[in-house]
Amino acid sequence: MPAGSPTMQRRGDPIERERVRHGEHVIEHLLRRAGFGAGQDEIDDYLQLGFSEAIQQLLNYENIPDDVDQLIGTPGYVSVTARGEFLPRTVINDARQRWLFRLIHSRRPLQEKMALFWHNHFATAYSKISGALGADEGGRYMAAKPTEDPNQVKGQIELFRQYAVGNFRDLLLAVAKDTAMLVWLDGRTNVKGRPQENFARELMELFTMGVDTFAETDVYAGARVFTGWNLAHPSNAYFTFSYVAAQHDTTAKEFTFPIYSNGSKVIPARSADAGMQDGVDLINAVAAHPATGPRLARKLYQYFISETSEPDSALIVALANTYYGSGFEMKPVLERLFLSPQFVTAENRYARYSWPAEFVARSLKEIGWIGFSVNDALGPMSNMGQQLFEPPDVAGWDLGTNWFSSGSMLTRMNFASQLATNQKFNLRDTARAGRSSPEALLSLMLDRLTAAPFAREPYQALLDYARAGGAWTGSDAQLLVKAAGLAHLIVGSGDYQLV
Amino acid sequence: MAITRREFVRGGVAAFTVSFAAPAFLSDLARAQGRSRRNLVVLYLSGGNDSLSMVIPYNDSQYYARRPGIAIPAASVLQIGTDRTGIALGLHPRLGGLRTMFNAGRLALIQRTGYANSSRSHFEGTDIWSTADPRSPQGNGWLGRYLDTLPSPVDPLTAWSTAGVIPRTLQANRVGVPSIPTIQGYAFASPNSGTDAQSARDSATRIASHLPVDQPHLAFVNASSQAAFATLDRVAQVGTYAPTVNYPNNGFALALRTIAGAMVKGVGTKVFWVQTGGYDTHAGQNPNQANGSYTTLMTTLNDGLFAFYTDLLNQGLLNDTLVLQFSEFGRRISENGSQGTDHGAASVMMAIGGGVRGGIYGTAPNLRGTPDNPTLENSGNDVHYETDFRSVYAKVIDGWLGGDSVAVLGADFRAGAPAMF
Repeated sequence: MPAGSPTMQRRGDPIERERVRHGEHVIEHLLRRAGFGAGQDEIDDYLQLGFSEAIQQLLNYENIPDDVDQLIGTPGYVSVTARGEFLPRTVINDARQRWLFRLIHSRRPLQEKMALFWHNHFATAYSKISGALGADEGGRYMAAKPTEDPNQVKGQIELFRQYAVGNFRDLLLAVAKDTAMLVWLDGRTNVKGRPQENFARELMELFTMGVDTFAETDVYAGARVFTGWNLAHPSNAYFTFSYVAAQHDTTAKEFTFPIYSNGSKVIPARSADAGMQDGVDLINAVAAHPATGPRLARKLYQYFISETSEPDSALIVALANTYYGSGFEMKPVLERLFLSPQFVTAENRYARYSWPAEFVARSLKEIGWIGFSVNDALGPMSNMGQQLFEPPDVAGWDLGTNWFSSGSMLTRMNFASQLATNQKFNLRDTARAGRSSPEALLSLMLDRLTAAPFAREPYQALLDYARAGGAWTGSDAQLLVKAAGLAHLIVGSGDYQLV
Repeated sequence: MAITRREFVRGGVAAFTVSFAAPAFLSDLARAQGRSRRNLVVLYLSGGNDSLSMVIPYNDSQYYARRPGIAIPAASVLQIGTDRTGIALGLHPRLGGLRTMFNAGRLALIQRTGYANSSRSHFEGTDIWSTADPRSPQGNGWLGRYLDTLPSPVDPLTAWSTAGVIPRTLQANRVGVPSIPTIQGYAFASPNSGTDAQSARDSATRIASHLPVDQPHLAFVNASSQAAFATLDRVAQVGTYAPTVNYPNNGFALALRTIAGAMVKGVGTKVFWVQTGGYDTHAGQNPNQANGSYTTLMTTLNDGLFAFYTDLLNQGLLNDTLVLQFSEFGRRISENGSQGTDHGAASVMMAIGGGVRGGIYGTAPNLRGTPDNPTLENSGNDVHYETDFRSVYAKVIDGWLGGDSVAVLGADFRAGAPAMF
């Protein structure tokens, strides 16, 4: 943290220092969960707001301009690496860099956090889109912003940003019409007489109700519901959703669960022209299905509160009730979640296994970024098991303990080394405030890196490293070595992987 | 043993730690446990393999009637003879290397493997094949449970996943399995050099050895780091491996090359995991076209496996090696409207190795889509299983790994297993 900052000065009085510390820990926890961690300036800003106001600001981000992309390539921010022109609207690695830039610098961290959640929930992989339509087109339907596309194409990630804390039913409908999804789950080829089951199955199994809540016959009926939900190619310029009435199966479709509020399980036979309503009816039904609210609530609980204990059943019920009661709005669900005692309780701090995207963004925010290009994080992230826009399959990434293996932990340790090496001089400058002793330096680094309190043995291992290699002088030369070395060890530790 | 991974994370750390003995001791341990040099390479084709495009009943008129757009013409298949019911079979035209293995008597094809009430879900299906438990596919994998039967301490390189993750099949209570996708990335870097770098490694190793019983989630993450430190130096030796053949330059083939290197360098691994994806061919399967997705899949599969087979043959290691292939389900018999196939039921397993008695096991389905056809299910839409996949696992555990399949699988599946060794 910068020496002489207002927070530092306020800490003179021991009682005041303790109060600030406690508040700071809660705010740091909030920002690790509702965002991707924070540097000291951000922490100070949110501290001024206080916990409740901070939650409101995170949730009601529409008041904050979405201007972060304009900062790309300007001084003071993390760098990107362009191969020729920087083209995130078509080049997938540029889109990945832009997203990392946003994770680090967006002033709407919860929007990015939820976009990542939906990206995993509706997991769509670039490689299939590009394989079908070409590399640039693949990037376009994953990541283009309407304002930068000649045909105002909205890439899938923009959909997730738009509905980040919005209405889940509306998001489902938008996803069902999304170009990338229509390629990914083959909806574009789903036609009368030869239905394609892929989308209908995953709509029920993965996007809403969950496995074992429906029958195979529901999959067959669901596939027929979405016949004719295909793609058009206007002026050969872009691909977009098109309901092709002539390809729609107009016969009635029967399900094993209620489709309508009167309990009817049958979507009636409709004329081809009116047949698009079939899909809307099914989407309404699966959004309202009694298994969907609790399933979303559990996923959100694991994403925001804890993966190390079973979700609190009363809170799951409360979140599901909020979901149904609000007509499938996510913002009240998230507000209920952040204001729950389970969110703030000390037992649930550091109770989640960080995703690689969280780990990389947090370590950059906490170690520093000036002079680092997010391009250099792309390879490591892939080896940690999370290449953005490339989930392994439609179920998304394997979360929790599945992120961790000897290979992926080595990659995380080595990324910490790579970043600490890159930030050596910045770290030395910060470390001057802790030059009085190895203990002071270690304390400063631990504070800056917001890790959970280390137990005695690992703490001693860190201290022994700080002391190793000759007498302590606190010289710039020594700080240059030891500040980077400690940043590497702390960020590469098991403790730091928990958020 | 019905302990879930989560429960293990909660309570099993103390038992877990015994698998990490001191590095100096490890190579002795590996040698001791390597009395048998036999190893098993599990090959997972992820997405649900359309086995009717891989092993083709090319004289069945229903095959052509139900797949007008994607059937492989009889003239292009690589004929391998008939099964015991007289159904003529051929391999996909890109599987020339596999036919060489077949002709050498080193490839067993086990037709119609699966289980009752086959799941059509990728994730549930994969869990079922991984745990060998269709009723409750949770907890540790079938090979993880086998690893747990090995005498302690178990060498930390006893199993090796070449994927970036530890598949459920290898999840165990006592044995931490390393994931080593590439040798180059499996090294410890440091911001400084010389003695400071050594101090950093010492410190990181000590931090990783902190496995607090009251913080099992932290212990789990640290144990992953600990497994890395315990295996780094031996794995580095594999990087110097010079194969006797050229492997194709793709992830699958390079993983097989790494496995061959580990075998030749004698690191002591008994169970390897390798996977290759893209088998969820709902659309654009076009198995006849040079650029069709299934053609590409078969090319990758064949060329990688044939390089591996030839390399091991040259190294004199084929007799010690068994490759066992599976996929989470087969695909629907009739093609869909997208030149693809949707999720189905039973599929084909393959076993390759010097100890394998090659040939065609089990019988091909009759593809006549009538409800009374016993070789099909789901109103004649999908292939019905004939050989329970757990009987194949039982054969591998008992006949190859020298384990006790009844204990590992929790029941006796030995009856009905193919007599492949």
